[in-house]
Amino acid sequence: MKQILVISGKGGTGKTVVTASLAALVNKKVMVDCDVDAADLHLLLHPIIKERHEFKSGKRAVINKNACQGCGRCLAVCRYDAITSNYRIEEFSCEGCALCSRVCPCNAIRMEENTSGEWFLSDTQYGPFIHAKLGIAEENSGKLVAKIRQVAKELAEQQQLDYVIIDGPPGIGCPVIASLSGVDCAVVVTEPTLSGLHDAERVMDVAQHFKTPVKLIVNKYDLNLSMTDQIESMCQKRTVPLIGKLGFDKKVVEAMVEGKSIVEYANGTLSQELRNIWKKVQD
Amino acid sequence: MLKGKKMIISIASGKGGTGKTTVAVNFALSLKDVQFLDCDVEEPNAHLFLKPIISEEKKAYIPIPEVDEGKCNYCGQCRDVCAYNALAVFPAKDDKKGHWLLFQNLCHGCGACRLLCPQGAIKEVDKEIGRIGIGQSYDIQFIHGRLNIGEAMSPPLIRQVKQHINPTKTVIIDAPPGTSCPVITTVKGSDYCILVTEPTPFGLNDLILAVEVLRKLQIPFGVVINRADLGDSGVEKYCEREGIPILMRIPFSKKIAVLYSTGIPIVQEDPSYKEKFVRLFEHICQTYKL
Repeated sequence: MKQILVISGKGGTGKTVVTASLAALVNKKVMVDCDVDAADLHLLLHPIIKERHEFKSGKRAVINKNACQGCGRCLAVCRYDAITSNYRIEEFSCEGCALCSRVCPCNAIRMEENTSGEWFLSDTQYGPFIHAKLGIAEENSGKLVAKIRQVAKELAEQQQLDYVIIDGPPGIGCPVIASLSGVDCAVVVTEPTLSGLHDAERVMDVAQHFKTPVKLIVNKYDLNLSMTDQIESMCQKRTVPLIGKLGFDKKVVEAMVEGKSIVEYANGTLSQELRNIWKKVQD
Repeated sequence: MLKGKKMIISIASGKGGTGKTTVAVNFALSLKDVQFLDCDVEEPNAHLFLKPIISEEKKAYIPIPEVDEGKCNYCGQCRDVCAYNALAVFPAKDDKKGHWLLFQNLCHGCGACRLLCPQGAIKEVDKEIGRIGIGQSYDIQFIHGRLNIGEAMSPPLIRQVKQHINPTKTVIIDAPPGTSCPVITTVKGSDYCILVTEPTPFGLNDLILAVEVLRKLQIPFGVVINRADLGDSGVEKYCEREGIPILMRIPFSKKIAVLYSTGIPIVQEDPSYKEKFVRLFEHICQTYKL
């Protein structure tokens, strides 16, 4: 069983569009959406939710107004600006370190377990799909990513599937690191822009930092051919295989509006290129 | 609102790649007396367009604990109070020495272990998590953060970038994508937030999440629709239904896409956008009485 992750560094380069096509092209796999704070893959895979699980992670401080004597010790130790001057916890800022509750001389602060999201095991016409929804303004997305990846891996082992295909989050921080750990290949999708190049290099640095093999796809490559050349030579310098170039095509948005992957929507050059890409991912 | 204080406006989106940086950069270039903060510290891009001359680079740190093995009696109190499971402590056994171990990537730098160590054996040392660059681009004071490769936690760096906010200037903040802690840390304290989206099912899905975040944080906001002529009418209908103002529509144009790809701000090639952004700013200021 192999785990393949699609990432990008920069957002909006076409990760999910590529991942959804893999859902249609790859046999014997489980799909996972690790972009838990702005998940979109479900819009193309149309899951029927079979199991729904609460995701509890971390704790948050709650101040009992009646017991609080306003001594200010909690304010003095909190490093997250999470306590207001009138002794209210700003729930979005509290990171759950519990130091305030430990230093409070009146036992006025308790820590409450926090439900920070939900995850789902679903059926789709492409096979099983594990996805999640981080609660609004919640943290710990890295832990939620780790959780659903573990569920997907166990399911793949149980059902003797060949692949776990993961749609990753943008950026290079905690959810990306949680998505990268232990994958067999990270496929970076970028676009021929200065930002696309800059951000792809940073996320490739992260992948290489964690010793993950990387392959690269340029999406909308024909919007700027000389930038595409620059990305190509960057790949050569890093000895990263460039495994495909997808042209700009308004059909991509049309397919999305129809709720379909591009390989199902149109049988043109894009679909052919995506089939080639999948071959090269396996090499 | 304090007298003389100007607006802090953040540009966010939910979905990545909708045009946050395009709007933030062109907005900043259209206004006077502006400070620009790039808080997308994982993938900062604004410098590619504003091309600032960076005059000062500072290292950004978080405090992490270090133990004085001479004072530590391996009681395990620090391990027990650490909410992030970042510490392991093994007491001395037979003739084996005790052992104290920190998992750096799990540490949030809260300071609980140091403060609550009964032996006073823990001190805090700086761990570099990124860099902050300060410079000037045209008339704009420019500040950005860059998270170090392999570093997981961006919020402490974002907080340190935001410590540079100059309230006597109009502050434009470029936010990271998503809806979780890096975004919250960035937009918290803003007077107004512009949400940039695209009229596609993905754009709409993530816009709805971003709107929920801003409502929860009680920050007023409006929407800019980028590539407004591609896709469907879902975003327009949603905004109408929810009473969310649509501040601007930017049509898809190959010219804009090519300018973007090479790092050229639109307003430098098409001054009509400058007027649009000035009017947008006046509209926001009038509506929120500043």
